[in-house]
Amino acid sequence: MKFGVVVFPGSNCDIDCYYMVDQILQEQVTYLWHADQDLHGVDCIIVPGGYSYGDYLRAGSIARFSPIMEEVIAFGKKGGLILGICNGFQILTESGLLPGALIKNRSLRFQCENTLLRVEQNSTPFTSTYSQHEVISIPIAHEEGGYVADKETLDRLEKEGRVVFRYCNEQGEITPECNPNGSLNNIAGIINEQGNILGMMPHPERCAEAILGGEDGKRIFSSLLEWWQGGAGR
Amino acid sequence: MFKAIITITFKKSILDPQGSAVHKALKSLGYEDVEDVRMGKHVEILLRGEEPQEAETRIKEMCSRLLANPVIEEYQVELVEVEV
Repeated sequence: MKFGVVVFPGSNCDIDCYYMVDQILQEQVTYLWHADQDLHGVDCIIVPGGYSYGDYLRAGSIARFSPIMEEVIAFGKKGGLILGICNGFQILTESGLLPGALIKNRSLRFQCENTLLRVEQNSTPFTSTYSQHEVISIPIAHEEGGYVADKETLDRLEKEGRVVFRYCNEQGEITPECNPNGSLNNIAGIINEQGNILGMMPHPERCAEAILGGEDGKRIFSSLLEWWQGGAGR
Repeated sequence: MFKAIITITFKKSILDPQGSAVHKALKSLGYEDVEDVRMGKHVEILLRGEEPQEAETRIKEMCSRLLANPVIEEYQVELVEVEV
């Protein structure tokens, strides 16, 4: 399976994502430069975290118009797998590939901490190696991670089971106290209607090996690989 | 030439965490009569052209495509003619 990691001016988790696929998952990976319009035949695109274009105007708003994004949007609309992490999630909402938007944290601070997530949906290509409602630990590192959407969109996401991750406590309960950023319905990650584009604020690439304190994040990538090898890639 | 003065704010339905923080700060300074605070962005654009209507259409297009995010924000445009 071949992964592509998009690199914008200001991306800062691109190397982590590349390392994760190359060294831990041990699959093919290539960088996708923002000014290019070539996806190099990848099977899955990772839009990594960072501060693309300095987050000027709004997080993700300028990156969305870079040449590579035209290709990424077309790839996603054709059913190609896209994983947007943190700033990548913000870029996917700005691009219209995912609904809603991400606004400043309720605390108005940059927050870098471990969060517990409940896996709400394990029937996606990104989450098949988790069990339904499993509680996992993945760190966040963001200042603009509050998920918002109008009521109609939110109701639809809930009804269609498209909330994939929710901030929770150790018992897996969804409470206001364990919501780090003020996201509506404790939403940490959502998927598009077709089920091929996932956006999440927590950083799975930062907890993909035991030496870094946990391996829960690795399973997003191994889910993708398993899904691909299970027939999607043939 | 036109100068467009654009004000972008969160829609009423979106909670504005910065506005809330400033509201609290004003209250703590004793301004108990403050009912609400909404924060926003101020953008000024100089645009070549002679037709005010065309200029307004262009500016609104820029707002909806890039300057504001229609999912969470609304905008107001004030257009004034300026000497070149």
